Amino acid sequence: MSFLLPETGLLFWMLLAFGVVFFILYKYAFPAILSSIDERKKFIDDALKNAQEANEKLARIEQQGNALIKAAQEEQARILKEAVSTRDRLLKEAHEKALDESEKIMAETRRLVQQEKENAIREMRTQVAELSLSIAEKVLRKELSGDERQEAFTREMLDEAFEKENSAE
Amino acid sequence: MKVPRHILLLFMMLFAICSSGEAATNESTTKEVDVRKVIFEHVKDSYEWHITTIGEKHISISLPVILYSGNSGWHLFSSSVFHDTEVYNGFTVAHEGDYEGKIVEVDEAGNMSRPALDLSVTKNALAVFVSSLLLVVVMLYVARWYRRHDATKEAPRGFVGIMEMLVTMVLDDVVKPNVGPKYRKYAPYLLTVFFFIFLTNLLGLLPIFPGGANVTGNIAVTLALALCTFIAVNFFGNKEYYKEIFWPDVPTWLKVPVPLMPLIEIFGMFVKPFALTIRLFANILAGHTALLAFVCIIFVTMSVNSYIGSGMTVVSVFFTIFMNCLELLVAFIQAFVFTMLSSVFIGLSQPEHHGKAH
Repeated sequence: MSFLLPETGLLFWMLLAFGVVFFILYKYAFPAILSSIDERKKFIDDALKNAQEANEKLARIEQQGNALIKAAQEEQARILKEAVSTRDRLLKEAHEKALDESEKIMAETRRLVQQEKENAIREMRTQVAELSLSIAEKVLRKELSGDERQEAFTREMLDEAFEKENSAE
Repeated sequence: MKVPRHILLLFMMLFAICSSGEAATNESTTKEVDVRKVIFEHVKDSYEWHITTIGEKHISISLPVILYSGNSGWHLFSSSVFHDTEVYNGFTVAHEGDYEGKIVEVDEAGNMSRPALDLSVTKNALAVFVSSLLLVVVMLYVARWYRRHDATKEAPRGFVGIMEMLVTMVLDDVVKPNVGPKYRKYAPYLLTVFFFIFLTNLLGLLPIFPGGANVTGNIAVTLALALCTFIAVNFFGNKEYYKEIFWPDVPTWLKVPVPLMPLIEIFGMFVKPFALTIRLFANILAGHTALLAFVCIIFVTMSVNSYIGSGMTVVSVFFTIFMNCLELLVAFIQAFVFTMLSSVFIGLSQPEHHGKAH
């Protein structure tokens, strides 16, 4: 039973020693230890939170970058497409213009040719008329005796002249 | 193949030792080994610290004896006086009876009585001083590291790292969840308790001086620790706690006219530290006793027969090693449990709102 009876002396020394130990540790050891541990814990928590935030930010930036690249690519494609269409349009326009121009030139040429032709015909006609007049003059001057022959001759001449004109036309 | 050969060698060596020591053992067979006495001498407190005996020479540390007797006042002398004389100044160490191993006052008629106050620095008291000193040195060393380093820049390594791990474990696993929001106020006390018990338990497992004393297996030591927890619980308990003791939330007829529930609650106030005292004391005492019993197997069987004795030595050493490992675990677990129960009791003295804490 002596085990179960606490000795006053030991109880006293134990309380004294433990009290002193507790006081010293309470005063000099634990404040430093606990505050340091708390501080580090807080620091680590903050660091973790910051890291997570940085990660999120990075992800956001990456996303933004990707979006930018995508937009740029789309823009590029659009510009290329536009350029191609512009080229095609310009080519077509140029082609059309050239066609128009050539047609215009052709028309002008045709008109000039026609004019020239008409001029030539008119000139020919006047010449034929003059010729026939001179022929008639000659005939009238030379032979006014044989009427029939003269008439036939005149007719023949005129026919010939007209035939010529027609063939020239 | 290697391992069996080694074991074989070991056995051969053991037998060689046994046969050479047979003469000596035969001589001592006449002396009965009093296991009970051996174990009790080791686990009980004493006025001197017996370290070892070489041949017939006892090597021990004499400790101061401080007594107050109602008849003759204060006395201070070294325990070594009892080496030379049986009775010194009317005091002697009782060898039997209720006061076995204690210093008693002998009057002329030969009646023995305990002195009114025995404040002797006994073996356990010295062991308490040793672990207190060691604990203070260790914790101040650890604290110095924190003062000299920026906690946000580096973490401690080595020993300080282990201490930080223990501190963090006690704080996060024991103090915070059990004590509640005001845990910071009680953390230094609970940490001191944890480290004191843990260190003292470990020192108790060392086989030689300054370890080996059965400190936390002494009821006075555990009672002192439990008293501290009692103070922490009851002196710093809040209003709600005292309301629950004296006017608990039960039907009125349980409180008036016979204060049944308050009586039970008040009884509970004292049962808690009592449970703390007994559980630590009994666990450590049992551990020491079991260890010593296994060691004693060697001597008991040797005194019967040296061959059985040598065989049993192997078994005994094996069990002693096993028990030592177990006691290492127990040293930690008991410190942990004491701290946890203290935290729970402190937590119970801090109920926040009525009906919410329970």
